[in-house]
Amino acid sequence: MPSARTLRPGMQYADLEQQSETAQLGMWLFLATEVLFFGSLIFAYTVYRSAYGHQFQLAGHDSFILLGSVNQAILVTSSLTMVLALRAARAGEQRALVWLLCATAALGLAFLGVKGYEYARDAASHALPAIDFVFKPGYRAPAEMFWTFYLISTGLHALHLSIGIVLVLIFAVRAARGAFSPAYDGPLEVVGLYWSFVDTVWFFLFACIYPLGRVMT
Amino acid sequence: MSARPREPVAPYFIGWAVLLLLLGLSVLSAYEPIGPYLHPIANFGIALTQAAIMYILFMRLRGRPTLKWIFAGAGFLWLIFLFGLGAVDYLTRKGFPLR
Repeated sequence: MPSARTLRPGMQYADLEQQSETAQLGMWLFLATEVLFFGSLIFAYTVYRSAYGHQFQLAGHDSFILLGSVNQAILVTSSLTMVLALRAARAGEQRALVWLLCATAALGLAFLGVKGYEYARDAASHALPAIDFVFKPGYRAPAEMFWTFYLISTGLHALHLSIGIVLVLIFAVRAARGAFSPAYDGPLEVVGLYWSFVDTVWFFLFACIYPLGRVMT
Repeated sequence: MSARPREPVAPYFIGWAVLLLLLGLSVLSAYEPIGPYLHPIANFGIALTQAAIMYILFMRLRGRPTLKWIFAGAGFLWLIFLFGLGAVDYLTRKGFPLR
């Protein structure tokens, strides 16, 4: 593995740029599998929402759209700090790079904090299938299906984000130790792709969960 | 350590502002009585637009080689197959949905 000090690519690469491009393509390939991973969940949601629209609306109405929106704003801002961190790396601004990576991780933690609060509110209203679920007036079985989708999809998303936070913090420590330079920022690009993809997934989960049932049709 | 030319920062801030604007639009549209079919179209249309901005600007596909666009688009191509072939089953199955 090259570092900013040695600046030598792995033996199978012609130069650092080729190594970085290869790593990025590898990450894009992994993200394609992630598209299918979350896509299959959203497909199942689409099938049951089209079949049991009224029940999904009833259940969706009980989700917390304000908390979901705050979380989306947090994630969008974290993608901004991440891309600014990459820009700082390319400009050789090590101090800015470290701070921007720390800000990105902090925003990720803020998201998890809000999500944890939201889960607590959901638990208080007995809306967590398999843990504590009570059928509210009007609810039938498909409403529980909606909440199952909610719990599984947001839980998997939070797991992905947690992995991202750990990665970003590791990279912040490495950046502080001078591991990156304008000539060697490939690994940062790769982790940046992962981070922004996890944020992108939230756009679709938000569309599936929160706007539902605000106007009953 | 030789720094590369500084990238302009404005496109990223503009992209961030547009993403927040689209979030606001998504929330507002949820409260508009636009009908059972237009609601999901609006919500998922906005999500797709946000994803495109994220991919092109924040994941830096803009100005990148075609190969990278192909890799980035591959997942969505397979997703179309997943939705298409999966939907064939549910659209043609008798007795679904259960009432």
